[in-house]
Amino acid sequence: MSAVIQFVDVHKTYHTGEVDVYAVRGVNLEIQAGEFVAIMGASGSGKSTLMNILGCLDRPTAGRYLLDGVDASQLEREQLAEIRNQKIGFVFQGFNLLARTSALENVELPLLYSRQRLATHVAAERATHALQIVGLADRADHHPSQLSGGQQQRVAIARALVNNPKLLLADEPTGNLDTRTSVEVMGVFQKLNAAGITIVMVTHELDIAQYTRRNVVMRDGCVVSDTLVAHRLNAEDELRQLDQQHQAVKLTA
Amino acid sequence: MRFLATLRIALRALRRNKMRSMLTALGIIIGVGAVIAMVGVGNGAKAQVEAQIASLGQNLIIVWAGNFSSGGVRGGWGSAGTLTLDDFRSMAREIPGVVAVSPETRTGAQIAAGSQNWFTQVVGESPEYFSIREWPLADGAVFTDQDVRGANKVAIIGKTVAVQLFGEDDPIGQIIRVRQVPFVVVGVLTPKGLSVMGSDQDDVIIAPYTSVMKRLLRQTTLRAINVQAESPEMLTPVQRQIEAVLREHHHIVAGKDDDFTVRNQQEIAEMATATSKIMRLLLFAIACVSLIVGGIGIMNIMLVSVTERTREIGIRMAVGARGRDILLQFLIEAITLSSLGGILGIAIGLGSAKILSVFAGWPTLISVPAVVVAFLFSAAVGVFFGFYPARKASQLDPIEALRYE
Repeated sequence: MSAVIQFVDVHKTYHTGEVDVYAVRGVNLEIQAGEFVAIMGASGSGKSTLMNILGCLDRPTAGRYLLDGVDASQLEREQLAEIRNQKIGFVFQGFNLLARTSALENVELPLLYSRQRLATHVAAERATHALQIVGLADRADHHPSQLSGGQQQRVAIARALVNNPKLLLADEPTGNLDTRTSVEVMGVFQKLNAAGITIVMVTHELDIAQYTRRNVVMRDGCVVSDTLVAHRLNAEDELRQLDQQHQAVKLTA
Repeated sequence: MRFLATLRIALRALRRNKMRSMLTALGIIIGVGAVIAMVGVGNGAKAQVEAQIASLGQNLIIVWAGNFSSGGVRGGWGSAGTLTLDDFRSMAREIPGVVAVSPETRTGAQIAAGSQNWFTQVVGESPEYFSIREWPLADGAVFTDQDVRGANKVAIIGKTVAVQLFGEDDPIGQIIRVRQVPFVVVGVLTPKGLSVMGSDQDDVIIAPYTSVMKRLLRQTTLRAINVQAESPEMLTPVQRQIEAVLREHHHIVAGKDDDFTVRNQQEIAEMATATSKIMRLLLFAIACVSLIVGGIGIMNIMLVSVTERTREIGIRMAVGARGRDILLQFLIEAITLSSLGGILGIAIGLGSAKILSVFAGWPTLISVPAVVVAFLFSAAVGVFFGFYPARKASQLDPIEALRYE
């Protein structure tokens, strides 16, 4: 397996006022194709900064970041935008869908900015296919305000998938969702990962991290532990259990 | 990024804030509308003046006695008594490119015919005058060179005079008395309407210049000389020649002012349209001010829009929009806003020009170039005032923009 992500001694320093903030100090990390990694840590541990660098939204102050073999640490704004478009799919905590815009059009958004120009009907087909993957093809013309939180997050996942990215980046994807919906979304991720998509997810919830294959824990800008998940949870099993519990509550009530 | 898709995004964004977009475009709408309406009215007035100037005749040059621009005691046009019949004859003989010449004298006089009387201008001319002014007779015939040589008491009367003195009767062959001197009416002029200065050109009696000089004025000098040049190209050379010949005849040494004034038809037209030039300049100033004010309104709203949609910009950037994609999106939005304002303004301007011409009776003339320029200008306002907000949007940091609440 080839490495999708390679961090070589990555540093990130913010110069805010008189104090320099060392957000990331010397991270070495390698993520292979097909992995499903959770990056964990308390707030201020540098995981968000790491995520921004991973997502090519920001550049490291020092060190090298190779994404799919390309050194992304020295690229210009416009080149980073192209890499985000072609190689990375983003899923955010707050869904970040365009309001008053249909699910289908939200999913089409990355295609609008892609280098190769797609005919309108091709773009629509690809977006519809992406919605099918997350099981929302029947809601294509709904606006975000007409969808539940879980559905909105699945639209966001479809948007992340539409350009066939090398890497799916999720920043606290379950942070705004209830337990059951969180498990559902993790189920979508597990399915995608099983189909071969590399996923990196930032989370501070331990139980959510148990659905991934590998956990990287950060503290004070450094990686303090990097372990494979021993007892990986299966979203489908968990859902079944949740339903049974639900049923039990109903029966007793 | 596809242009049509961008245009769709821009239109949707504008539709979402219908009221706001409308109010923002109002500055442009009012500015463009006012300009289109005023240009219509201005052009109509200009066309009217031009028609009046064309009624002067073809390729006309007028030489007046006296110098309008020199100082001293001023006696009004043609009162200086510096033009003579010799000047007139040498003009006809010596200057190439001259087709016809008519000396002119003029006096106001009380006219009587039968029991009616009327005050009008009596003008002395040669028979060529009617071809110079392109002024055919409605009835009768032009007096002849014979009449000029004999200083015969014949007269051609304008329409107004004919109506005032004879009413419905046929004036041909009738006697009119000018300062007790009897003249026979040999012709009636076709009506010509108002002059550039607004006077009634048909309120006139035209007689041979010799008759007016000898029998009415008892003087030997001329008020003016009307000269017709061969072609418009000959106007200036003929004018220069006239000046040279007259200076020589009048023994004016180099450095001294002329004692006569030469104006060609184009110059007379320019004098008459000088005021409308100032009007046009004012119009242009008003248009500029209103478009700038409208543009500032657009800039203001675009800045608000960029701030409001910071998160949207962040999302677009995260999924791969480059700075120039965002720039283009907001620029197109601004241009759409200002162009729509321009189109609405043009429609309103055309409508109000129509209303003015129908209800106020003002002649209006819609010029296509003015409409095109107005539209292009309003689009340009969108580019100019939309650029700064669009640039601001394109330079946002995606991380900050995504975090923006």
